[in-house]
Amino acid sequence: MMKNQWIKDFPQLRNQMIYLDTAATSLKPQSVIDKVNYYYQDLSSNIHRGMYDTAVETTMLYEQAREVVAKFLNAEESEIIYTRGTTTSLNLVAASYGMQNLKAGDEIIVSELEHHSSFLPWQHVAEKTGAILKYVELNEEGRITVEAFQDVLSDKTKVVALTYVSNVMGYITPMKDIIALSHQKSAIVVVDAAQAVQHLTIDVKALDCDFLAFSGHKMLGPTGIGILFGKEALLQNMEPFEFGGDMNDDVNKDISEWKTGPQKFEAGTMPIASVLGLVDAIEYIQNIGLIEISKYIDSLHRYALAQLNKIEGLTIYNPTSETGIISFNLESVPSHDAISYFAEKNIAIRAGQHCAKLICDWLGIYSCLRASLYIYNTFKEVDVFVETLKEAIAYFKKLGF
Amino acid sequence: MAGLDNLYREVIMEHYKNPRNKGLKDDEEYKLFHIKNPSCGDDITIQTLVKDGIIKDCRHIGHGCSISMASASVLTEIMVDKTVEEALNIANNYLNMVANKEYDETLDLEEATVFSGVKQFPARIKCASIAWVAFKDTLK
Repeated sequence: MMKNQWIKDFPQLRNQMIYLDTAATSLKPQSVIDKVNYYYQDLSSNIHRGMYDTAVETTMLYEQAREVVAKFLNAEESEIIYTRGTTTSLNLVAASYGMQNLKAGDEIIVSELEHHSSFLPWQHVAEKTGAILKYVELNEEGRITVEAFQDVLSDKTKVVALTYVSNVMGYITPMKDIIALSHQKSAIVVVDAAQAVQHLTIDVKALDCDFLAFSGHKMLGPTGIGILFGKEALLQNMEPFEFGGDMNDDVNKDISEWKTGPQKFEAGTMPIASVLGLVDAIEYIQNIGLIEISKYIDSLHRYALAQLNKIEGLTIYNPTSETGIISFNLESVPSHDAISYFAEKNIAIRAGQHCAKLICDWLGIYSCLRASLYIYNTFKEVDVFVETLKEAIAYFKKLGF
Repeated sequence: MAGLDNLYREVIMEHYKNPRNKGLKDDEEYKLFHIKNPSCGDDITIQTLVKDGIIKDCRHIGHGCSISMASASVLTEIMVDKTVEEALNIANNYLNMVANKEYDETLDLEEATVFSGVKQFPARIKCASIAWVAFKDTLK
């Protein structure tokens, strides 16, 4: 078995924890931590304002980061907006584009696979505007298919808001076909890429999506920074989401003017350290390569499933997941009882509804456990996880669950 | 596993498997409070009948982990025949006990003392508290 050459870059692993919770937030490599520290220790200046050296350098790094993100997505710099995270990115689209463009009777397509941050903003827009939420019917595995999507797509569809990779099921949505079909109906497509960006190469031009959102912290970057990609033509016509410093061009008592670029949506002092750190996260991922990352996670995932499939008293909800996410329950053991066993063994997994109650409802469960794999996990850790799982089943059975 | 054994005491498992006072009464004299925890999926309703300042009956229904279900069952058993004041005092001390905060150790928490192990598991404090928080709200 190959030796994992990436572990040494993640100082969080020095305490021997087995970290299987990347879908909640990833670990951070030293280079990201160093960059965040560099901002606080050496720069600590605001952007677009000061004329002194550190302010000039900070502004330069902040705008260079936009270039790095743009290249990462094959987008233009003018299409990259910094936000607090995926949640803010998706809320921005709903609050600005949605409230401006939707009216009673228009249809918004979502799915039961959505994270709450992907469909709640649209549920709210629907309530306010009288638009109608339509759910793509999931197939027997719980996947969004092009066929089922076509069944809900209509001339009334104005917005399609779907997850690229489900945070519970780990399935990849056939987004390219869905986008092409949506555009035939002149609907815009908002892609929640929070769980996709760390696994798949994303080319927004090839995908032709209208908006795409992700967070830094699930892709080895700092918390507090998210990205919203939006096609320039759409962004130009959208109203600001927040009002304040730095987002305006001209301010008067009666009427003011907004900046035209992405800065129109970046009011107030942004999470500068996190923007800078995101660059190092992207570079870290690019240095390994997303294809290499996917290959490694896939081999770990298959190795885990081969062992898990032999265990009795275990239900896996997504055996065909493509992205290293394993959602499961121990037979007749509530997830919050089971998770305590793993926590005692210093294994970090997640229990609950994962901010995705609709898919729990669809599965007919109150909650489940989720283990998610990433590059810093090893085959040996998978062995320990599987052994612990077997022990847990025996332990709870003995208790009488 | 010694640590977890402090959590999953026999009495707790017994209440989890054979919950007392489960099921609500269709009686308007009962006061009802419902709590839903959207992060873990726990959902619990407590129903209390108070007459002349004395708790005459206490019921529960819902779903959740063994700790939340067993603590609801124990709650409904020990609160009967207590005055509202006594009940609130027990509930407040219980909630402090499971949260590892200061509480009156001379107070008899009866069977609820089996939940003292929860304080070693900060992640489970919410599980042990949810029914008791709902109960307090039925007395408002």
